[in-house]
Amino acid sequence: MTTTPGPVQDTSAVFVGMPSFPVAARSALENTQQRRALRQATHTIRDKRASVVAEVPEWEALRVAGAAAKDEALAHLGDYLEQLETTLVANGATVHWARDAAEANRIVLDIVRAKGVDEVVKVKSMATQEIELNEALEAAGVNAWETDLAELIVQLGHDRPSHILVPAIHRGRGEIRDIFRREMAAVGRPAPEDLTDDPAGLAEAARLHLREKFLRAKVAVSGANFAVADTGTLVVVESEGNGRMCLTLPETLVSVVGIEKVLPSWDDLAPMLQLLPRSSTGERMNPYTSMWSGVHDGDGPSEVHVVLLDNGRTHVLADRLGRQALRCIRCSACLNVCPVYERTGGHAYGSVYPGPIGAVLNPQLRGTTSDVDKSLPYASSLCGACFDVCPVRIDIPELLVELRGRVVDQEGRTAESTAMAAAAWVLSDPKRLARAQRAATAAGRLLGDRTVRAVPGLGAWSDARDVPTPPTETFRQWWARERGEEPR
Amino acid sequence: MSARDDILARVRGATADVTTSPGERRPAPVPDAPAERAATLSLFAETVADYRAQVVRVGPDAVADAVAGALREHGCTTAVVPSGLDPAWVRAVAAAAEVLAETEVTSDAALDAVDAVVTAAALGVATTGTVVLDHGPDQGRRALTLVPDTHVCVVRSRQVVHDVPEAVARLRPQPGRARPLTWVSGPSATSDIELERVEGVHGPRTLVVVLVDDETEAGR
Ligand code: SF4
Repeated sequence: MTTTPGPVQDTSAVFVGMPSFPVAARSALENTQQRRALRQATHTIRDKRASVVAEVPEWEALRVAGAAAKDEALAHLGDYLEQLETTLVANGATVHWARDAAEANRIVLDIVRAKGVDEVVKVKSMATQEIELNEALEAAGVNAWETDLAELIVQLGHDRPSHILVPAIHRGRGEIRDIFRREMAAVGRPAPEDLTDDPAGLAEAARLHLREKFLRAKVAVSGANFAVADTGTLVVVESEGNGRMCLTLPETLVSVVGIEKVLPSWDDLAPMLQLLPRSSTGERMNPYTSMWSGVHDGDGPSEVHVVLLDNGRTHVLADRLGRQALRCIRCSACLNVCPVYERTGGHAYGSVYPGPIGAVLNPQLRGTTSDVDKSLPYASSLCGACFDVCPVRIDIPELLVELRGRVVDQEGRTAESTAMAAAAWVLSDPKRLARAQRAATAAGRLLGDRTVRAVPGLGAWSDARDVPTPPTETFRQWWARERGEEPR
Repeated sequence: MSARDDILARVRGATADVTTSPGERRPAPVPDAPAERAATLSLFAETVADYRAQVVRVGPDAVADAVAGALREHGCTTAVVPSGLDPAWVRAVAAAAEVLAETEVTSDAALDAVDAVVTAAALGVATTGTVVLDHGPDQGRRALTLVPDTHVCVVRSRQVVHDVPEAVARLRPQPGRARPLTWVSGPSATSDIELERVEGVHGPRTLVVVLVDDETEAGR
């Protein structure tokens, strides 16, 4: 039977008119300080990940189990969503459904208004970033305080996150001190007079600044990493304890949960709780994981709301190949191994979902009409490292190639799209790719210094809108040299 | 159409190609955990310490000393205890600090003024160095183990399981009697500033795990 796709999501005001990826990436490529910081960050986390993954002999079996759990949930999503609703309600939670960002924001705002408060505390959540809940609340006169340290830095700096896991990785400690000194006083407890750029001191300043807000807040907003259908349990995985504060202290808790976060069974947490921390922060287990099943008498919030969000997900779900992107558990491992991301950072992706997963998810969630979404499938060298580390085995390279083909079909055979089509054809076969890359390198040597962006491996896409000058080294050659390995 | 019906209809339309029925997938393989108890227990002590929690391993007779010692070492003069905590442990707390009952400290602000909390645990996980709280009577409501800056947690060795699948299996919520769960692996931490690890942001900055060897030769 053929599937019927749900509607795509509206590109939010923040990202409308975003230039194509290569254009947006250019300024990032010129920012050498950011590139150095990102390189250090991604390499550090990727090494930690590799060492804790190596501790688990059955890692591959876990990946298969993780992917199978998500596939089961997605294949029968209607049934599991209904089951989740039933168990949540039985546990005392109130379930809401939101077709799109505007509807979700309205639901949250109505709850906040009903409580008569003008502020909420928030624990980092990709879903609420996606729907731009903070902006919507602020427009309605409600302050949304981010409580994750990095999110606080981003919020106080009037900035956007650049990495899923370490959103303020583009800020150095000196900048953070300046932001705290300049901004904290206006929104609450000021930074201490003698604040230096010592990370422990900066964390202490955040602790004091936020503690006041935690103790005062009546309403908290969270997302969820997992929503277990058979027990009606939500799970939040975190490090700092700000999540526990938000999930425990306020009287009312609202959790905005993408419909793809459902897990069929409690037992599925067994692979997930091993896959996520090791893939994400490179720890055996993250410091804190909270699980709650609706309202617990005498303990924590007495009013628990869950907003189940579509916002383009049913569009992705209808695509037999593309739906695997909904398995994503937002661990960010694919970002940390991506040679393209490492150089461009997160902002160029024009979305809260950057990196390899962003390159496949955004054009599916939003469709390929805007410049940025048309160019995202090209924001990759198809090296395959993202698939290798993905804990739920999303075949990102395969999806990228498929999406490239679709962009080409849609754009027609203009000069540019012909080049894109050639790339998609070439890249769909590793042997052809190797041949073509060797040929391109030879041409690059002849052209010498005219290579516009001499970052090996990036030339192919970063110059997609100019006459491309082939790089002097193929991506695979560069990768092999960089890692001291043979190309795969 | 309501948003609910609309979304469910979209979901069913989007998955119209699926021919299997729910639950048909094969169960995920769960590798056998090694049965060697002694190894599991020392692994637990190691992995907990690895996360910079303090681990004190004692026999059943020495729990009181360990608890009191931990409170003194960290300069805690007040400590809150959950209502169902072992009375012998409460006496140990009293030897080192002023004891506050859970019911005496009702507001979060009052809790914020308390130095420490002493609790039992529901479970320990060896491969990950995790202590799981199910907030039963000997652990108290969630805020108790969150707001004070020092948490002394007594784990009985028979509560330690080898790995995450074993823990998940034991903790499955019972319908109508579900408990909240908090999995704690070391003190709170952040690496948000230039990836430099800082111990302690919002949760307790000091975590002391007292591991009591209470297993007999006959096993658990
Ligand atoms: S695509 Fe895979 S590796 Fe990337 S964030 Fe999602 S789960 Fe992690």
